Amino acid sequence: MTGEIQNPIIRVRDITVQFGSTRVLDGLNLDVKRGEILGFVGPSGAGKSVLTRTIIGLVPKIAGSIEVFGVDLDSSNTSQRRNVERRWGVLFQQGALFSSLTVRQNIQFPMREYLRVSQRLMDEITMAKLTMVGLKPEVAERFPSELSGGMIKRVALARALSLDPDLVFLDEPTSGLDPIGAGDFDELVRTLQRTLGLTVFMVTHDLDSLYTACDRIAVLGNGKIIAAGSIADMQASQHPWLRQYFHGKRARAVMG
Amino acid sequence: MSGDPKLERIAKGNALALCATGTWTASFAPVLERMVADAEKLAGGPQSIFIDVSEVAKLDTFGAWLIERLRRSLTQGQVEAQIAGLSANYSSLVDEVRRVRATPVVDRGTITITGMLEQIGRTVAGLAGTVAGLIDMLGAVLAAWFRVLIHPRSFRLTSTVHHMEQVCWRAVPIIVLITFLIGCIIAQQGIFHFRRFGADIFVVDMLGVLVLREIGVLLVAIMVAGRSGSAYTAELGSMKMREEIDALRTMGFDPIEVLVLPRMLALVLALPILAFLGAMAALYGGGLVAWLYGGVDPEAFLLRLRDAISIDHFIVGIVKAPVMAAVIGIVACVEGLAVQGSAESLGQHTTASVVKGIFFVIVMDGVFAIFFASIGM
Repeated sequence: MTGEIQNPIIRVRDITVQFGSTRVLDGLNLDVKRGEILGFVGPSGAGKSVLTRTIIGLVPKIAGSIEVFGVDLDSSNTSQRRNVERRWGVLFQQGALFSSLTVRQNIQFPMREYLRVSQRLMDEITMAKLTMVGLKPEVAERFPSELSGGMIKRVALARALSLDPDLVFLDEPTSGLDPIGAGDFDELVRTLQRTLGLTVFMVTHDLDSLYTACDRIAVLGNGKIIAAGSIADMQASQHPWLRQYFHGKRARAVMG
Repeated sequence: MSGDPKLERIAKGNALALCATGTWTASFAPVLERMVADAEKLAGGPQSIFIDVSEVAKLDTFGAWLIERLRRSLTQGQVEAQIAGLSANYSSLVDEVRRVRATPVVDRGTITITGMLEQIGRTVAGLAGTVAGLIDMLGAVLAAWFRVLIHPRSFRLTSTVHHMEQVCWRAVPIIVLITFLIGCIIAQQGIFHFRRFGADIFVVDMLGVLVLREIGVLLVAIMVAGRSGSAYTAELGSMKMREEIDALRTMGFDPIEVLVLPRMLALVLALPILAFLGAMAALYGGGLVAWLYGGVDPEAFLLRLRDAISIDHFIVGIVKAPVMAAVIGIVACVEGLAVQGSAESLGQHTTASVVKGIFFVIVMDGVFAIFFASIGM
């Protein structure tokens, strides 16, 4: 166990990201341990999505280093990077499904690129993934524009999982879902984490998700991690924003 | 940890054990599929088969599914098949996979000759619909225009001015440059060929008539269709995709009045201006070449130009411009509002907007040519 703690799956050190003259992340440090579900919270506009996008390489940083699976993403060559990308899946906030492909083709797209698998097996695995995310097989032939918001999130999750990644990034997976749907989604993430041994990096605003799905919580504020720990640690924290967040009206409602 | 996957057969009396070892993951999928296909042939042989997975080093959805596929096909072949030796880590994954319903793969529809013919037939039959759609939009725009005339306060001046800047002011450099070059080329070609008959000076007649009557406005209209028609379609199309147009409707706004009318108006005002500037640039370019290459000095050029062309030529050209602008605008807006949910559809409609826009511009030009010929202009 100690070995695993010493060897985090994501290791972020002194990350600084700046847009124009606004510094969004300022010397941020973060570790994500193997096999955990990390909930990532913070006020709107604090840079949660920016950090996610920086880790997966969509936003350039001006300082700091990022290691994923022990590979430094700055000094890695193309094949190392591809290898890392093959082992992670990303669920974007809006789903980001390819609008001109059907659900089936969306899920099979990464398989086609990275694996040499027969069409029959791809079709069967697609059905398996759809079942896992709680969708009916009939959905497979539909286009993204014919899906509801919740279905888009589920299909996007199925696509993120299509290569059986070790790590998934979920950017506000439950936003825009009804409470029952959101609860199902949390349950789903938990189940998948158990069955597939996933590590999950989840940006969320949903207190329910934090309570039911997450092993550990990290809080972003002023461009830094202001607190990280279990839900109990968060509740005990004296930080004003955390107190408001975990002891506000909505939090009390969730805790019952 | 890793190792090539294997599926060994060990006979135990009446029963058979299939021992899976190694890494059963997606990377080995081709090997795994072949092994499973081999093992499926055992159906009908032994009474019962144990699939022993206790020695599997690593399992993912692909491996778990293949084991499940093997179990299913053996069970179908009247064999008592069981999965044994599941570790706690993997049992939930196998359970998950077991819930998957095997659904027959839907036929993806292959391309056939009849299908292609059908497509052509549908396209031809759809032409009438295209024309009807254009007339529909023309009516809607005119209706919106009359509404605005009755209630001038609902006119969107800011938006119209903004679009004027986009389609007119910003288009000036490229339009002037291209028409200037075309004027140069016409003059050069004219002089080159007319010189053989000693008719150099007639290049001025040709340039004047061609530029003012036809080339000036036609070329500018084609450029505007490519430049602004496509932009209109893409703008309206992406607004349609993101439900912005539905949002307008629910707030009680008419998208035609808010989005289409200012764009149409900007285009109808812009094209005559651009056509005029383009014609002037082409004449200037032609005059320059006539002077430097053909030895026709500017004074002689202007004198000849004054004799060769009348105001009629200019009117014939410029009258066409607003009509062509209206055609381009209507085609672009119809295509933009027809965009469906996908990026592919946006691309298709933007292409269609430019192609149809240019096509209708040329058709209109032909209609005008017949009209002016019959009234003797």
